[in-house]
Amino acid sequence: MDTSADARKPVLSVRGLRTVVATPDGPRPVVDGLDFDLHPGETLCIAGESGSGKSMTALSIMRLLPEPMARIAGGSILLGDRDLARLGEGEMRHVRGNEIAMIFQEPMTSLNPVMTIGSQLTEALTAHRPMASAEARAAALEALKAVRISEPERRLRQYPHELSGGMRQRVMIAMALALNPKVLIADEPTTALDVTVQAQILELIRDLQRQTGTALIMITHDMGVVAEMADRVAVMNRGEVVEQGPVREIFHAPKDPYTRELLAAVPKLGALKGIEGPLRTAGQARPATPQPEPVVAVRDLTVRFDIRGGALNRVVRRVHAVEGISFEIKPGETLALVGESGCGKSTTGRALVGLLPFQGTIHIAGRQVNGRDRQSIRAMRRDIQMIFQDPYASLDPRMTVGDLVGEPLVVHGLAKGQELEDRVASLFTRVGLQRDHMRRHPHEFSGGQRQRICIARALSLEPKVIIADESVSALDVSVQARVLDLLQELQSELGISYLFISHDMAVVEQISHRVAVMYLGQIVEMGTRSQVLDTPRHPYTQRLIEAVPIADPDRRRESFARLQGDVPSPVHEVGYVPRHLRLRDVGDGHLVADEDETPALGCAA
Amino acid sequence: MAAYIFRRLVQAFLILLGVSLVTFVLLYLVPADPARQIAGRSATAETVANIREQLGLNLPFHEQYLRYLGRLVQGDLGRSYLQKTEVSALIASRLPASLLLMAGAIVCELLLGLTMGMVAAVRRNTRIDQGLMVLSFVGVSAPQFVVGILLLYVFAVQFGWFPIGGYGTFAHLVLPSVTLGFLGAGWYSRMMRSSMLDVLRQDYIRTARAKGVTRLRVILRHALPNAILPIIAMIGIDIGLFMSGIVVVESVFGWPGIGQLTWQAIQRVDIPIIMGVTLVSACAIVLGNLLADLIAPLIDPRIKLR
Repeated sequence: MDTSADARKPVLSVRGLRTVVATPDGPRPVVDGLDFDLHPGETLCIAGESGSGKSMTALSIMRLLPEPMARIAGGSILLGDRDLARLGEGEMRHVRGNEIAMIFQEPMTSLNPVMTIGSQLTEALTAHRPMASAEARAAALEALKAVRISEPERRLRQYPHELSGGMRQRVMIAMALALNPKVLIADEPTTALDVTVQAQILELIRDLQRQTGTALIMITHDMGVVAEMADRVAVMNRGEVVEQGPVREIFHAPKDPYTRELLAAVPKLGALKGIEGPLRTAGQARPATPQPEPVVAVRDLTVRFDIRGGALNRVVRRVHAVEGISFEIKPGETLALVGESGCGKSTTGRALVGLLPFQGTIHIAGRQVNGRDRQSIRAMRRDIQMIFQDPYASLDPRMTVGDLVGEPLVVHGLAKGQELEDRVASLFTRVGLQRDHMRRHPHEFSGGQRQRICIARALSLEPKVIIADESVSALDVSVQARVLDLLQELQSELGISYLFISHDMAVVEQISHRVAVMYLGQIVEMGTRSQVLDTPRHPYTQRLIEAVPIADPDRRRESFARLQGDVPSPVHEVGYVPRHLRLRDVGDGHLVADEDETPALGCAA
Repeated sequence: MAAYIFRRLVQAFLILLGVSLVTFVLLYLVPADPARQIAGRSATAETVANIREQLGLNLPFHEQYLRYLGRLVQGDLGRSYLQKTEVSALIASRLPASLLLMAGAIVCELLLGLTMGMVAAVRRNTRIDQGLMVLSFVGVSAPQFVVGILLLYVFAVQFGWFPIGGYGTFAHLVLPSVTLGFLGAGWYSRMMRSSMLDVLRQDYIRTARAKGVTRLRVILRHALPNAILPIIAMIGIDIGLFMSGIVVVESVFGWPGIGQLTWQAIQRVDIPIIMGVTLVSACAIVLGNLLADLIAPLIDPRIKLR
C-alpha cells in the first residue's frame, strides 16, 4: 500500500531478538534471531501456529514477559533511537500505552471486572498525561465514540460484564488508541469473537489505522485475517521467521516449504462449490440405502433455563436457549450445526446426550430418550457419545490416557482385564496413536494427540452417533486438517453419524453432508451442504458466509456487510411465548425460515 | 435486594431454631444435675426435688423445650441458676466489651493478614515471602494462650508499653486484639497470598501494565479489590472462630466480656447462661455472614443479590 514508506525511517526495528524461557533443562529459546522493520502506517502480520513464538514476540516488545520465567536474552528492539530491550522498568512504563499499545486476544478477561469502563479508560490517559478528571472523562468519551460503540455515555458507567465480547474488544481498542501511539500490537484480536463481530472489528482497526497512521503489528494464526489485513507478512515457526515479504508474494508465491504447508492446510470457504458431500468423499455417490431410518430424530426440542429470584425464590425469567427445533441425521451422515455464540447449538448437543433436561422428543437409534429415566439414559449413552472443544480440559490430568479411553467400557461393564487392555489398544491404533502411549498421562501429549484420545474415548462404546462440539476449533490448521481426516475416515469405515457443532464455516464445508444454521435458539435454514453454503437463502446465513475472511489477498473486502447492534437477548419474562419459525421447502428439501418472521435481525448491508 | 434480605432473615430464623434445639438436646444429656448444683452438696433430696419442680426439670423433654421456646420468643433467656439474675441482662452487660474486642481483632487480622499476604505474593519466592509465610504458619499453629502470654511478657512486662490486663482505655485493647486476631491473620495471609498470585496472573493485570499504569497502582487498584473478594466471605465465618477464641483471650487478659461469662457458666453447669451465649453467638455468626454477603456486591459488580 505504501511504497514511499520504505524510504522513510522505520518506527520500530527489531534485530536479532532472542527470548528464552526457563525450563528444568536450562533456558530454551522461544524467539530466536528475529529481525523485522515496521514503517509508519504499515500493517505487518506475524503469522504462525501455536508455539511458533508470535505472542512471545509481542510480549518481548512490550516487555511484558512473565519474568523471570521468560526473558529477553539478546538482540535489540529499537523504537526511534531507544533500545526497548535495555530500558529500565520505569522508562518502559512511559513507552507502554503511550508509544506502543497492545490489544489482546481475550476481550472477556482482558478488562478488570470490578472497575467501570470509564475508569479503565481514563486511567489509560492519566497514566501518561496529567489531566483533570472532567477533561479525562471527556477524552474517554471521545475515544469510545471513535470506536463506534453504541451509547458511549452509558458505556462509561458500565462494568465489563455488562458488555458483549465485541463491545469489550472495542473498549480495548479505544484504550489502546486513546493516546495515539506510534505502534499498535494486536495479538489475535478477533480469534475469540464470532465471524460477524470479527469482520466489524477488523474493519474498525483498519479504518482507525488509516485515520491515525499508526503502525500495526497483527499477530494471528488465521490466514484469512492475514490476507484481509496485511501489507507485509512474517511467517514464524519454532521461534524463527521462516519467510517475510509483501502479502501477495507470500500468498501467491510462497518460497519456504513451511509457508506452503501452512497455506495448503487452510480450509477455504467456497472450495467445494457445486460438489455434494464432504471433502474426502466429495463427488462419490453415497451408498444409496433407500430411505434409511434416521439414527437421530429430534422433534420440537426446547431447552429453557430458569432464572430464580425474589422473596420466595421463584422463577422470574427464563433463558430460551433452544426453541422447538427439529432435525434428523441418517446413518453415516454428518449434520453440521452452525451459528454464533449463544445461538443454542451447544445446548442442542448437550440435550441430545442427556446432559440437560429438555422438552420435545428425541429418538436415538429408534429408541425414545426419556430425560428422567436413568436406565434409558444409560442405554442411550452407548449409542451417542461426545467430543468436546477443549482437549486440554476434557481429559482428567491424573489418569493415564489408557484408563481414560477404557473408562466407558468399565462403566458400562463391557470389558475387563486383558480384554479391556486389548480393546483400548486397538482403539489407540485406530485413531493413529501407539499402543505404548496408553500408560502416559494427558500432559505428555500435544493438542492434536489429545483430541485423538478424546475421539478414541468416544469410539470405545461403538456408538452410532458422535456429537463433535467445536472439536477442532482449538487446534492449529495443520492439526485440524488431520483430525478432520480421521473423523471422515472413521465415518466411512464404521458408518458413524456426526452432529458437527461449529462456528467455522470453512471447516463445516469440508466435513458435512447437510448443514443447519441456528439463530437465537431456532433453525433458520437447513439443507444439503451445497444448498446452504452455495445458495444461501436466509439473510442471516448469507451474512455469516460473507463475514468469513478469505485467505486470498486479492479477494480483500473494502467494507464488510454489517450486522447492526447485538443479537437480541434470549432471556424473557416468565409467560413469554416465543414464536416458532416455520421452515419452508424451497426445493429438494432445502428448508428456509421466513425472513420477516426472524426476530430482530437488525440488518443493514 | 429487600427480597434477598427477607429470605436470608427467614433462613437465619430457621438456623437459630436448629441451634436452640441442638444445644438444648446436648445440655439435656449432660450427666450433671442442675438442681443439685443449685442446691449445693449439703441439700436434702427434698430440696433438690423442689428446685427440680420449680425449674420444670422433671417435665418430659419436649415440654421443657417448648416452654423454653415460648419464653425465648418473648425475649426471655431465663434466669441464671447461680447468679439469680436475668441471662439477657448478664449478656447485655458483657456484650459491648466482647464486641469491642472482636472489632479490634478484625482490624488486626485484616491489617496484618492482608498486608502480609499481599507483600508475599508480590515478592513471591524471595526471602521476604518465605519469612512472612513462616510467620503466618506460627499464627495458624500457635495456641492463643501461648501467644497471649508471650505478648504480655514482652510488651507489658518487659517494655511496659501496655497494661497487663483489664479494660477501659485504647491501650488495654491492643494486646488482646492482636492475640485474638493473630490466628486469623495467619489464615488470611495465606489465603491472600494465593488469591493475589491468582489475580496477578489474570489478563486484566497484563492489560493494566500494557497501559503503562504504575506498578503500585496495578497492585492496589487492580489486583487488591479482586484478590480480596474470596476473603470477605471468610470474615463472616471468622466470627464463629472468635467466639471460641474470646473464651481463652478474655481469661488471659481479664477482659470482662462474654468469654469469661461463658467460662464460668460452663464450670458451674449454669445451663441458661450457656444456652443464651450459644444463641447470641449463633446470631452473631449468622449476621456476620449476611453482612459479608451484603458487602461483596459493593466490591464486585458482577455479584447480584436476588
